[in-house]
Formats: sequence, structure tokens, C-alpha cells
Amino acid sequence: MTNKQMISVRDLHKRFGTLAVLKGVSFEVALGDVIAIIGPSGSGKSTLLRCLNRLETIQRGHIEIAGEVLATTGADGVCRYAVDAEARRICRRMGMVFQQFNLFPHRTVLQNIIEAPMTVQGLSRAAIMPKAEELLRKVGLFEKRDSYPALLSGGQKQRVAIARALAMAPDIMLFDEPTSALDPELTGEVLRTIRQLADEHVTMLVVTHEMSFARDVSTRALFMDDGEIVEAGAPAEMFSHPKHSRTQAFLEHIL
Amino acid sequence: MDYLWVLLPPLLQGAGVTLQVFFITLVLSLPLGLALALLRLSRSASVSGLVNGYIWLMRGTPLMLQMLFIYFALPFVPYVGIRLPSFPAAIVAFSLNYAAYFAEIFRGGIQSIDRGQYEAAKALGFSYAQTMRRIVLPQVVKRVLAPVSNETITLVKDTSLIYVLAMNDLLRAARGIVQRDFTTMPFIVAAVFYLLMTLMLTVGFQWLEKKYSVYDE
Ligand SMILES: Nc1ncnc2c1ncn2[C@@H]1O[C@H](COP(=O)(O)OP(=O)(O)O)[C@@H](O)[C@H]1O
Ligand SMILES: [Mg+2]
Repeated sequence: MTNKQMISVRDLHKRFGTLAVLKGVSFEVALGDVIAIIGPSGSGKSTLLRCLNRLETIQRGHIEIAGEVLATTGADGVCRYAVDAEARRICRRMGMVFQQFNLFPHRTVLQNIIEAPMTVQGLSRAAIMPKAEELLRKVGLFEKRDSYPALLSGGQKQRVAIARALAMAPDIMLFDEPTSALDPELTGEVLRTIRQLADEHVTMLVVTHEMSFARDVSTRALFMDDGEIVEAGAPAEMFSHPKHSRTQAFLEHIL
Repeated sequence: MDYLWVLLPPLLQGAGVTLQVFFITLVLSLPLGLALALLRLSRSASVSGLVNGYIWLMRGTPLMLQMLFIYFALPFVPYVGIRLPSFPAAIVAFSLNYAAYFAEIFRGGIQSIDRGQYEAAKALGFSYAQTMRRIVLPQVVKRVLAPVSNETITLVKDTSLIYVLAMNDLLRAARGIVQRDFTTMPFIVAAVFYLLMTLMLTVGFQWLEKKYSVYDE
């Protein structure tokens, strides 16, 4: 495996109105990296993920996905995005899993998974079915393929959401607190699925409060506070010997 | 009983006019209402404001006045003035009016869809048009079925307003016979027609609601 850059973010700034939420964030993600993003609530973790796939628009900075420029800021200080079709193509390299699942309630489990390949990629049902079935088996929901989401448990919903994102064959997976909306006894099945992807060396960014999961699965951890990456490093090292006092305070509070 | 057979042909002819106005209005005002709802939700404040003004105008004045205006006054409006025969004039007025009501129903339905649905679709690479067509609008249909059903049943009865343009709809045909023959029988027959139409619509909408109840939200 080469050290191929999958994500390159430089000096990213994001405000909502006058509220500065990301204040010059820079980081790189290489192929196969599993990045755990930790930090207190409101520190800008979700916003950071959402800027990567254009759910939020940045005001300044540079975002490059697998070598392609999604947004960049010129010497004049004006931030420019790739044209819409191009930006959509670049962002399709990333799949996203949300805290609240966001499954399509009017579609069955199987339909949730094949909807995007059919609508966005224009694949026929027959062309996508083998992969859809493989994904259903992978997340352990083959028997539930004809159920509507309302009938599933939270853990099952989140596993469908993971399969749905994987159906688009993304190079990078973004997870925004994938287990935070789940009852404690259901987090395990979702974490296992994510861990399985990590074992397959899928490049991932995972915002999480599950510290043991972060320590065991991630190759690198980013600690965010108040719109900045305060500390980055190997999770085991960071969790046992945080360099920064803010990291220390956060870890003491959460562990 | 024989008298009923005498009554039926003119009443059926009137019912035909009523049905035509009903169906043509429905076919035109539903898509127009959807288009207005989407424009109303446009990010452009001027587009949204313009549509808002239109809806206010159409809901704020009587349908009968709108019909009279299009038939009698429109021909004299400089530049845009055209003279429409009574049937097209009625169709135009009804469609423009009902589109405004449907637009508000659709707007409410579209706005009730969770933002997460748009975000999930966008993250999967859907364009805005694909998101609306495949994800949002199919869910909106379920949510607006009840109000659309109400509006549609109101339309059945509103069609009787076209008598002001001297068109022989069901009710006007009935009234003509009542005045000629001094009997209330035609009114009863007309009422039965309206009730049958409403019944068919009710059954149709109930079927749709059942169809859409396969999934919960
Ligand atoms: N759409 C929005 N409009 C205004 N403020 C927002 C919006 N989204 C997030 N914020 C604010 O940005 C800050 C960071 O939020 P978020 O990225 O969700 O933090 P985290 O995921 O780390 O908890 C918070 O103060 C939040 O209130
Ligand atoms: Mg968050």
C-alpha cells in the first residue's frame, strides 16, 4: 500500500453567521487510515465532516479529496468550489453515516441500498443486486431486506445506513457519532460492523465518544476543541499521555 | 318513474359539463400547484415573494370573482387581454385558483420532510432534482393525501359556480327544470350525482391511503 493521500485539508475556516465554528483546521488522511475524531460537544466535529462532503460550505481553506480539489482559496481570499457536477462526482468518493440514520422511510431495506446506485449511477437493478445482497449479508440483515425501516431496531437501522453508503463503493467512509443515538446494548453490533471495515483497510473518519473503540480501531486520533485540532497522534499514546492540557481535561472527564 | 326518464338526459348532460370542469381542473391544478410550491420554496426571495403574492391573491378573492374577471374583464386589459369562451375561461379560473390551494398544501408537505433526508440523499450523490423526485416527493404524497382529498371534494361542489358564465352544469340544468316543471325532483337527482362523485373520490383516496400505509414514518 502506497502512502496515497485520500484527504488533504488546509486552513479550513467555517462560520455560521458570526459564529466561527472551524478556525483554521488542517490535516491529512492517507489510504487505509482510520481516524478517530474526539472532542467535547460543540467543538466542530460534525461540521468538519460535513464540510468534507459539501453538506456545509466553507468560507476559506483548501479541501482535496483523492487528489482532486473540491474547494480552494486564492490569493484574493475568495473560496472557490469545483463546479456542481464535478463537486458531486468528487464527493461521491465519500460515504456518510449519520447519528440519526436518515434512512428513507418509504423504501425497504433493500430499496434503501439500491436507490443511489440506480438513481445516481444509472445502474440497472440486476447489475446492483449481487452487490446489494452481499452487503446485506455483510451487515447481517439479509433476512430483513423487505422490511421497512420503521420496523427495525436502531442498531439494524444503522447497519442498513452503512450498507447503503457502501453500495456506492466509496473510497472513504465518514461516520458522525454512529452509535450515539443507540441504546447501549445496541452499540456493539454497529461498532463490530465498523471494525470489520477497518480490518478491510477502508479509509475512515469516525467521530465518536466510544473511547475504547477509538483506541482499538483507529490508526490516528484527532482531538478537537473549540474549532481547532488541538492534538493528533496514535490513540494509545494520546489517551495515556495527552500532551495538551485541554486533551487531558477532556479525557479525564470522559474516561 | 317515467318522469325520471324525462329528467335524466338534460341532467346527465349537465353532469357531463360538471365532470369535465372537475377533471380538467384537477389535472391542471395539481402539477401547477406543485410547481408553485417548489418556486415558493426557492432560495430567491423575489421568486418566493412573487408566488406568495399570487397565492394571497387567489385565496383572498372569491373564485366567482376570478371567473367573472377572466371572462368579462380580461378582454379589456391592455396588451395581455384576450377573449376566452366561457368553458376555457372557467377552466383557467378554476385551475389558477385551485393551484394556489394545492401549492400551500404541497409546501407544507415538503417542509415537513426532515432535513436529514436531503442530507442523506446529497451525501449519496443525488442532485436536487433527483432528491425531490425519488426521496422527498414520494413521502410528501403520503402526508398530503388527506388535505388534497378534502380540496378535491370541495372542487366537486365548487364546479356549480360556473353557472355565472351561463354554462349548463348539473346544478343549473336541475334548476332550469325545477323552474319549468314546478317539482323538486331534479334537485334530488342532482344531489345524488354529487354524492356519488364524492363517494367515488372518498373510496379512491382511501385506497391510496391504504397503499401508502405499507410504511410508517
Ligand atoms: N447549521 C448551523 N447553524 C448554526 N450553528 C451551527 C449549525 N451547525 C452547527 N452549529 C454550531 O456549530 C458549533 C459546532 O457544532 P458541531 O459541529 O455540531 O459540533 P460537534 O459535532 O463537535 O458537537 C456548535 O456551536 C453548533 O451550535
Ligand atoms: Mg456532532
